[in-house]
Amino acid sequence: MTALDEPLTGSSLVGSRVQRREDARLVTGQGRFLADLVHGTWAAAFVRSPHAHARVVDVDVTAALDVEGLVGVYTYEDLLEADVRDGTRVAERLPLLIPHPDLTHGRTGYALANSVVRYVGEPVVLVVASDRYVAEDVVDRIRVAYEVLPPVVGVEAARAAEHLVHDDVPGNVSAHMLQEVGDAPAAIDAAPHVLELDLDVERSMSSPLEGRGVVARWDPHESSMRIWSSTQTSTGVRAAVAAKLALPLAKVDCITPDVGGGFGVKIMHPWPEEVLVPWAARLLGHDVSFVEDRREHFVASAHERRQLQHVRVGFDDAGRILGLDVTLWHDNGAYLPYGVIVPINTSTQLLGPYKPGAYRVEFFSLYTNTVVVTPYRGAGRPQGVFAMERTMDAIAASLGMDRADVRAANFIQPDEFPYDHGLTFQDGRPLVYDSGDYPELLRKTKALVGWDEFRAYRDAARAQGRRVGIGLACYVEGTGVGPYEGAHVQVETSGRVNVSIGLTTQGQGHQTAFAQIAADTLGVRLEDVHVTSGDTRRFGYAVGTFASRAAVMSGNAVGLAATKVRQKALRIAADALEVDPADLEIVDGVVRVAGAPSTSIPLSTVAVLSNPLRYAFDASAAAATQFAGSAHPDRPPVADDDEPGLEASDYYSPIRSTFASGMHAAIVETDPDTGEIRILRYCVVHDCGTLVNPMIVEGQIHGGVAQGVGGALYEKVEYDENGQILNASFMDFLMPYATEVPKIETDHLETPSPLNPLGIKGAGEAGVIPGMAVFAAAIEDAEEIPIRRMPISPSDLFELRRRHRP
Amino acid sequence: MSEQRLPVRIVVNGTEHRVEVPVRRLLSDALRYDIGLTGTHVGCEHGVCGACTVLLDGVPVRSCLLLAVSVDGGSVTTVEGLAGVGGGPHPVQQAFTECHGLQCGFCTPGFLTTVAAYLEENPDPTEDEAREAVAGNLCRCTGYQNIVASVLRAAELQREAGA
Repeated sequence: MTALDEPLTGSSLVGSRVQRREDARLVTGQGRFLADLVHGTWAAAFVRSPHAHARVVDVDVTAALDVEGLVGVYTYEDLLEADVRDGTRVAERLPLLIPHPDLTHGRTGYALANSVVRYVGEPVVLVVASDRYVAEDVVDRIRVAYEVLPPVVGVEAARAAEHLVHDDVPGNVSAHMLQEVGDAPAAIDAAPHVLELDLDVERSMSSPLEGRGVVARWDPHESSMRIWSSTQTSTGVRAAVAAKLALPLAKVDCITPDVGGGFGVKIMHPWPEEVLVPWAARLLGHDVSFVEDRREHFVASAHERRQLQHVRVGFDDAGRILGLDVTLWHDNGAYLPYGVIVPINTSTQLLGPYKPGAYRVEFFSLYTNTVVVTPYRGAGRPQGVFAMERTMDAIAASLGMDRADVRAANFIQPDEFPYDHGLTFQDGRPLVYDSGDYPELLRKTKALVGWDEFRAYRDAARAQGRRVGIGLACYVEGTGVGPYEGAHVQVETSGRVNVSIGLTTQGQGHQTAFAQIAADTLGVRLEDVHVTSGDTRRFGYAVGTFASRAAVMSGNAVGLAATKVRQKALRIAADALEVDPADLEIVDGVVRVAGAPSTSIPLSTVAVLSNPLRYAFDASAAAATQFAGSAHPDRPPVADDDEPGLEASDYYSPIRSTFASGMHAAIVETDPDTGEIRILRYCVVHDCGTLVNPMIVEGQIHGGVAQGVGGALYEKVEYDENGQILNASFMDFLMPYATEVPKIETDHLETPSPLNPLGIKGAGEAGVIPGMAVFAAAIEDAEEIPIRRMPISPSDLFELRRRHRP
Repeated sequence: MSEQRLPVRIVVNGTEHRVEVPVRRLLSDALRYDIGLTGTHVGCEHGVCGACTVLLDGVPVRSCLLLAVSVDGGSVTTVEGLAGVGGGPHPVQQAFTECHGLQCGFCTPGFLTTVAAYLEENPDPTEDEAREAVAGNLCRCTGYQNIVASVLRAAELQREAGA
């Protein structure tokens, strides 16, 4: 890694509301999404378990065999046979992606069920047919006999452990983790005031408009596999499939086409389908595709958010927390392929902008007979913020204090950074906040929403029989987790600049934002920069797009790689112009002497000169050939420490995460009769350091807020006691439409991160994180009933009223 | 067992297509796979999300809820057919770009067709009307704020062009 030794002087693009370069394709129907690639492929479909917990007794395919267009039907036994025959590992358990010492009982599933199914939707039989219609005909005709076993549904049932999801996992506990700073129980016992809260967060899910999907092409002549997947990590899928199919990594590529939203669910990999589709493509010697339908996305992808929480807090008369003791019971679903990142996030990010005094947090991650739980935008943070902010409001209520004042009394102050919480974060590194200004965020938030004036408004509304309430919620989000991202920047002899990054894109405008950084750093026009993401053929080392990390990680990697290219360009140009490189600048793709712009050389010519040639492929290339007189006869054409070409790669690998922050305030009105909850105002003040493209950042915030609204008021994956999802469609799982999302008022604070050259902090998840907390606070203020469970529907509110005001 | 197939004649974006499709083929699939226009996206296959919205004889319909054979003789406009005669972007396409009315772009074609038809009916909507006009389509990325702004901007562009 080199340093960005010169600031982006004269930078005009970074920080600008540049219109997106990807839009021209996407608004004309020229996008290339996964399902746009399936023409001519054979389609995969799956027989999925209708039971939450059962033993597979028999699979009868007799009735399916005469369906015209059927290609193949495969069960777990076929995978076992293939492994023996071909040396593959498709019958082995799927990988546990993020092991952790406290994850003592990690269990993952199989690509196809191995004798036991543990959630409704688990794949049991793979069908390949001429198209998806036919494949579903076959699926309908396959009869599977099950011996139904007692299911474990819900945190309470998992905790009670009357039945087990996995026979060899006692108590259904996959992981138990404890972190402690100081002696929280003693501090609470000694505190003047003590409160206890029991909190409850329901299941939700990412629900991108495009579900999962994968296409695989086996080239029998080259023995190579090409995979297209709607994923948040092409390098992850490539490595996992290569391992499963026992293929050399060099013979496997994964390309991420346009992705119709991810929000976390597509960082999970490899899905059973991502292993089986390439496996079948090789077996059959034909392209095979899988495009998930909406019901499958509900029952067979991943969910998140479900937790029970117990908080015990001790505080003084000023509302300062002296000790905080939190216990979490986290529903991790039937298997644990992604490890315990979500509850680790909850347990550490719960602290937000506050100094809790002594802190003790303990979580139990529990198996249930439900869909697996992996990160959904926010990834455990919304639950943590819900716990902390509910606690802050409870403290304020018990002391009769202003809720904002209680928060301010507990803030980490601007002169206390870097602030070390003494805990370990989800990246295995110390939880140390790099920078922030929480008092200023609060001041701006109060001003934006009119916090101090609200009491009068509320009283006036009350006098008219209206119920209005205001809520406030604060968060700190660790963003840009490692280990690294990289970028390759190349200037072609035409002057075209190619930027390749390894991570993927799902709508965050990477083709624009990273072009802004590259153009500024190199001194070229934005339109000359072309960004490719998520294609392992172009850049093979990457982690993925999650945890609000793309701008931080790849943004800085692009800046570093472009700086290397700039330095090389200046060196070659100085040589050609016979001037000092320090006197040169690059403007609009031309290297010139500052103050004497007529002494100049286009970057395209520098690119020609960077690659000593024997053969001239066009007139401009002649300048770099061996008789053109540009080479020094006493030096090798390419120096020992140099490489041909005007290009470079570099990597950004931070010592630890950078911490963005923000505060949301909402005003709601509740209907005294129906319990309907209407959002009157929604205000956001956020601080994600340097803004590369404020338009894109605001768009990310808006989208996050909408998911926060959904998570607080509408979205809940409803399981019955048998482990059946009762609302597995967009008819019944209520995602907000335009009429449910309020106009969002935003303000910014820019506290650059000292950890990376560009000063960026991540922004992708921020909008959703305080959603549940801020609505709970506002509804509680309107209703004067403690809100302890989210989401809350009008009928939930109606029931709460009956209980509290009989 | 073989499927019954029927010939269908559909005018799509002004071009006549004659295709023979299985009788159960959805219009969305026929557009995407038989006619090769993949700009129409399928988000839920049960008519809720609106991503697959196309204009059938000028009226927005969910192409995932129609059988291809049922629109025999009809005229369909997809997102690929919105652009003006000269090839320039439709005001709605331009407005969504200007206002950052899309992120991943998957739901976008359904919004564009819906809004294009809406502005024919109501060329000068208020902000509330604009919001209501797109309230039958799901977007998971944008939070709708910039989509509402795009509707208003498209109306403005359309009025300017007509003036």
